[in-house]
Amino acid sequence: MRPFIQFESVSKAFGSLTVVNSLDLAIEKGEFISLLGPSGSGKTTILMMLAGFERPTQGAIYLDGKRIDHLPPYRRQMGVVFQNYALFPHMSVAENVAFPLEMQRVPRAEITERVERALDMVKLKQLKDRRPSQLSGGQQQRIALTRALVFEPSVILMDEPLGALDKQLREHMQLEIRDLHKRLGLTIVFVTHDQAEALTMSDRIAVFNAGRIEQIDDPEVIYDTPRTRFVAEFIGETNLIEAKVASVDNQVARLSLGAGLSARAHAGNGLSAGQTASFSLRPERIRLGAAPGGSNALDMTITDCIYHGDHMRVQLTRDEFSLVARCERLAGNWAVGAPVVASFDPSDCTVLTQ
Amino acid sequence: MFRALQFTFGAAIVIFLLMPIFAILPLAFTSSVFLNYPIPAYSMRWMHELTTADVWRTSIVNSLIIGGGATVFATVLGTLASLGMRKGALPMVGLLRTLFLLPMVVPAVVLGVGMQIFLVRLGLASTYLGVIIAHAVLCIPFVIVSVSAALQGIDPSIERAASSLGAPPVTVFRRVTLPLAIPGVVSGAIFAFATSLDEVVLTLFVAGPNQRTLARQMFSSIRENINPTVAAAALLLIIGTLCLGGLAALLRWRQKRSALETAPSAI
Repeated sequence: MRPFIQFESVSKAFGSLTVVNSLDLAIEKGEFISLLGPSGSGKTTILMMLAGFERPTQGAIYLDGKRIDHLPPYRRQMGVVFQNYALFPHMSVAENVAFPLEMQRVPRAEITERVERALDMVKLKQLKDRRPSQLSGGQQQRIALTRALVFEPSVILMDEPLGALDKQLREHMQLEIRDLHKRLGLTIVFVTHDQAEALTMSDRIAVFNAGRIEQIDDPEVIYDTPRTRFVAEFIGETNLIEAKVASVDNQVARLSLGAGLSARAHAGNGLSAGQTASFSLRPERIRLGAAPGGSNALDMTITDCIYHGDHMRVQLTRDEFSLVARCERLAGNWAVGAPVVASFDPSDCTVLTQ
Repeated sequence: MFRALQFTFGAAIVIFLLMPIFAILPLAFTSSVFLNYPIPAYSMRWMHELTTADVWRTSIVNSLIIGGGATVFATVLGTLASLGMRKGALPMVGLLRTLFLLPMVVPAVVLGVGMQIFLVRLGLASTYLGVIIAHAVLCIPFVIVSVSAALQGIDPSIERAASSLGAPPVTVFRRVTLPLAIPGVVSGAIFAFATSLDEVVLTLFVAGPNQRTLARQMFSSIRENINPTVAAAALLLIIGTLCLGGLAALLRWRQKRSALETAPSAI
């Protein structure tokens, strides 16, 4: 039994430039998966291959057990939402939403009814006679979404659909799309370069870099235990620590950090004494205090303190070793130049492979 | 000081360009049989002559037939050519485009000689179809320029959206591409018609006595029996051209307005 959507060693090259490199990806029915990566990482090309606008140079794509990579877009039954909405400017809102139903030769009366119902769902029924140009960005995006949903496609594909909206509206739409996904049991493939968006919305995130998947996992796993340096840096903020492994004992490594500091970190398998390794330590995992508050306690000096409203970013150094910590605004009054103890647990550190 | 100079210079150029038109127009209403000033009295006799004399009436009808035919030909072919050159699927699109626009720059005499030899071989010399084809060649570049610009203004993702929503290519074209490009097609057709209307040189080479257009008739009347009907015909042509120009401007204005409206406004 194949998964609902399957990419089987799919590659895509434009001339000599390989954009997607031998990709294997399985997506389950009802899943909300985000393809996350910087521009040029191949995520949009993957979506375009799934929608049928690009053909793979190599490999096969399956939907519901059937091979689809040779099918034209109009035979694939996928709802695509574009970044710039791509509404038909010469049609009214209702005509836009009716378009996919007309293509399926749904009877007139049923079209009218389904369009009404769909517009009701996004609370835009009162705008049905307007032209897209008379709507705000958020309303246009909602209509684009409705148009992609109304013909009950097997999959919804979204290409940075919220990229053109301002922050507040974007966050609102994120929740709305998530809600629709849950309510209607949709399978959604969502392309974004915004890591916060991917973390908020997805069941699973595939992090792309240079045409390959760096890591694919639940949002929590991606954030808490990034596997590679790229993922650790791309998702959220992190302290990348290059350290020499002094000894390994029962999967806990003793690291020498330089400047006379040492710490213990969960090493997993495959680390041995004498080796140099990279670790990721999230800033919010570091606790600052006057006295040690964890099994790792480093004596540092505060060199900078930046106010962020709900939290503070505190820059710590000791000689050439430095860390960034993030802490509650009310947790203390840290003066620049003051000594402080930075504490964290071995499990807060994640070993990264290159 | 400089601004005043600028203004004077601009005004002088406008007067220089418009003078011939203003010089000929009043003569359409002269009562004299000579095409010169001063005008003894105003009368409608030459306008009457233009609309009743057989040669003139036939030439007006000919102009409309040939202009209409050439417009249809040029609009269909030019639109198809623009569509074909749009997707970038063809090799050497740049060269093709230049070739299509060539009739705009090649001297009409050269075209005329070539066209005459060619049409004689096809047995189309001195036929309506022959003149229509010859005019269409001259009109196609105008259609291509106008339609290409309109097509360029269409966001490709709109067509992709239509396709993903279940529309096969022909339906995408009929329901999305063509409706969005139609202002460009119409203004291309207007330019094509206007071009055919005042074409003389090609017509001299390829048209027989039965296909005398208004412009061609004016040309021969000046040489054979000059009288103020020419001025009346000129007035008619100018009015026709102004109407067409006004229509084109109106279309462009509407297009610009709807383009402004479609720009996504984030709220």
